Amino acid sequence: MTPVPAETRRRARRGGGQVPYALLLPALLGLAFLVLPLVGLLVRAPWSALPEQLASPEVWQALKLSLICATAATGVSLVLGVPLAWLLARTELPGRRLVRALVTLPLVLPPVVGGVALLLVLGRNGIVGRWLDSAFGLTLPFTTPGVVIAEAFVAMPFLVISVEGALRAADPRYEEAAATLGASRLTAFRRVTLPLIAPGIGAGAVLAWARALGEFGATITFAGNFPGRTQTMPLAVYLAMESEPEAAIALSLVLLAVSIAVLAGLRERWMSTP
Amino acid sequence: MSTVRRRSAVAALAAVALAAGLTACGSSGGSSSNAAPTSSASAGASSSAAKVTGNLTVFAAASLKETFTDLGKKFEAANPGVKVTFNFGGSSALAQSILSGAPADVFAAASPATMKTVTDAKAAGGEPKVFVKNTLEIAVPKGNPKHIAGLKDLTGVKVALCAKEVPCGAAALKALQAGGVNITPVTLEQDVKGALTKVELGEVDASLVYKTDVKADAAKIDGVEFPEAAKAVNDYPIAALAKAPNAAAAAAFVAYIQSAEATRALTAAGFQTP
Repeated sequence: MTPVPAETRRRARRGGGQVPYALLLPALLGLAFLVLPLVGLLVRAPWSALPEQLASPEVWQALKLSLICATAATGVSLVLGVPLAWLLARTELPGRRLVRALVTLPLVLPPVVGGVALLLVLGRNGIVGRWLDSAFGLTLPFTTPGVVIAEAFVAMPFLVISVEGALRAADPRYEEAAATLGASRLTAFRRVTLPLIAPGIGAGAVLAWARALGEFGATITFAGNFPGRTQTMPLAVYLAMESEPEAAIALSLVLLAVSIAVLAGLRERWMSTP
Repeated sequence: MSTVRRRSAVAALAAVALAAGLTACGSSGGSSSNAAPTSSASAGASSSAAKVTGNLTVFAAASLKETFTDLGKKFEAANPGVKVTFNFGGSSALAQSILSGAPADVFAAASPATMKTVTDAKAAGGEPKVFVKNTLEIAVPKGNPKHIAGLKDLTGVKVALCAKEVPCGAAALKALQAGGVNITPVTLEQDVKGALTKVELGEVDASLVYKTDVKADAAKIDGVEFPEAAKAVNDYPIAALAKAPNAAAAAAFVAYIQSAEATRALTAAGFQTP
């Protein structure tokens, strides 16, 4: 995820030359496969009825909840994930490989399985949840914080992997130099390391945010589905598909537009070369 | 200039090829999987409906899971050469996938309203037949820890309901209105089994599900009957589908579900005869 210098990119483009057809055809097929479904969404969209579909308060409720929860989940991922990435990249932990495998597990785990696991740990009868309930009267399933937890669970690994990659690419000698000049480890991390890996953190945060925004399986399993409290956009789309496909397409368009806008906006800021 | 033109031509070709490939996949997938296994014995078979073979795909409401799974096995035993595959889920989701062209032979819904969406779209092969009725009960964890005796007791506890789009949700709303009880559930589940699971795990204190679901899950769940349930009885219609890949087997299965043997199994599970 490290930015490629502009001149390297230009050189690569110039050196392109003739593309062999054996590669071009599957490449174009792949592109069509990825783009056509989105085109279909635009073609089948009920444009005339769209304003009416989008005017319903449920849509805005779901969208607001989605944006808030995805952002909160990204915040949680940053606070917990950046130190975790630092631990994986910069310390000689015993069994570090195992730790990294465990951290990346939610990446490959089916989200529904993640939701079930969360329910069994943080649910009312869960290992931790039971204690939270009896000690603080705190239950997480079916609440908005529950949505944030479900989303952070699936999104944080993206951030950890991205930041760890940035840390490995960053030269540790800068930190060592800061240390020789009398900076404590924490100061060096805050003043030297963090600015060095900022693009990596940004890229990871964008990935995590996008993943959290689209999260469905873990959310519906752990947080359930209630409008205004836990019904995020993907849940609303799924439910609308059962009764009014038109509304589902409209909702999907909103989600698509939001995703594109955010990715485009953040790309400019984070992923271009300074 | 010319390279651009050539490229766009290739892209167009690729898109066409892809579309053709996909439709080919779709159609062949539908027919080949339902091709009747050839057997030398079938050469002298008469055209009686009793001789059915091949794959049969049944889309059925989640509440029919236990009974239909058993009946499917019996149907296979009675008709060697038939392989019954079930897709259980929320009736409205199943109806939508049938309308989207899912290759189903038979649809068994938990309400006339969801069946109506299929018949309205001319997707049903004949007049749907109501084969059983089902009533609601309050499902509570074993031992009824919250001492729930009727709908009124649901106001202060955590309740899971089905979403109003699904038959069990529509029936629950009807019953609650009949009782003049106003509750705020913590989650609106996609099908009745989801609502039941939340009780089973102890994440909610009660849920409104069908009598048959309580009976099927008697080891972990207790059922509480309530008088308002009589106001919200659900009819279950079944129909062979217009585009059934295996029309003969579909008709035979629909007839079998209405037979005395199947009715006995269904009433034993807690369904009522229409």
